[in-house]
Amino acid sequence: MKKSKSILGVMLLAIIAFTLTSCRDSKKEDDHEMDQDDMEMEHDNMEMNNSSMNSSDNMAIDQDKSATDIIIVNYLELKNALVADNTEEAKTFGAVLANLFAEFDKSAYSSEQNKELTDIIEDAKEHAEHIAENTIDHQREHFEILSKDVADLIAITGTSKKLFQAYCPMFNDGKGAIWLSEFKEIKNPYYGSKMLTCGTVQKEI
Amino acid sequence: MKIIAIVALVALIGIQFIPTTRNQSDVVPVTDFIATYNPPKEVESMLRTSCYDCHSNNTKYPWYNKIQPLAMLLEDHIKHGSEELNFSEFGDYSDRRKKSKLKSFIRQVEQDEMPLESYTLIHRDAKISKSEKKLVLNWINKVLDSI
Repeated sequence: MKKSKSILGVMLLAIIAFTLTSCRDSKKEDDHEMDQDDMEMEHDNMEMNNSSMNSSDNMAIDQDKSATDIIIVNYLELKNALVADNTEEAKTFGAVLANLFAEFDKSAYSSEQNKELTDIIEDAKEHAEHIAENTIDHQREHFEILSKDVADLIAITGTSKKLFQAYCPMFNDGKGAIWLSEFKEIKNPYYGSKMLTCGTVQKEI
Repeated sequence: MKIIAIVALVALIGIQFIPTTRNQSDVVPVTDFIATYNPPKEVESMLRTSCYDCHSNNTKYPWYNKIQPLAMLLEDHIKHGSEELNFSEFGDYSDRRKKSKLKSFIRQVEQDEMPLESYTLIHRDAKISKSEKKLVLNWINKVLDSI
């Protein structure tokens, strides 16, 4: 009798362990979803700010150019968060960018440009999503490819913003990486405070 | 005490009836990564044993795949994994995405983030040694340069 009781006990423990692990997993997902909701709310706010900022001269600016401009404004916020080694803020703007890319309207472009834009935006959205849920090292890795995507996006759509393309020769195992900045002065988003002024300006956009 | 045990046992039996979808396909699609880029034998077998279970449309299921709640856990991993990178559908990605997928591949393998530890814990043969890692990364780098 005693033996069968202890066997039952062991079984019970095993079951509890299973149940606990599965519960924990689903809870983690819930948290995650909540985070996303928060970010979406923040995103809505930010978009409202942006559109109210642009509303006065909206007539003059081409619709698509302003869509790129909003992406650039938030890309620059992300870049500045990485310069400041601020993972949390980078996460926020990663999520904002993922939404902006998802909403990007490319119907006004020729079919060839449309295809190129689809490729760019699909890729960029994925990297923005990863930035929204990763640690700073990974955020920077994804930021490297995202920067390339944003630069290629601008090459097609154009922008009303004045930007500088800067280059960090060290990142990515010495293969180098570009980023876009509103300043001519170098503030390196790939290394942040560790190597703040490392890099050169390649060109003005 | 006895009642709790019985309830738990019934629950455990009950969840066995939760259905799961299986990620399996006999057809090798034209978009398949290995079929397209023809890796050397060692690299091919490494990709198949260490990556393809979660990152393709064809999983070799372990013996516990029909036991809940493990089956649900597996299904979730496979779904997420193949969303992130699917070697069976690699040919459908744009060149830009192919490059970014391979870049992420290189980084994650380099930093020992992939294959997942929870996976290699059970699939001992999926663990990648240092020399194997070098071999596969060299080859992936070559593919990356060719795209």
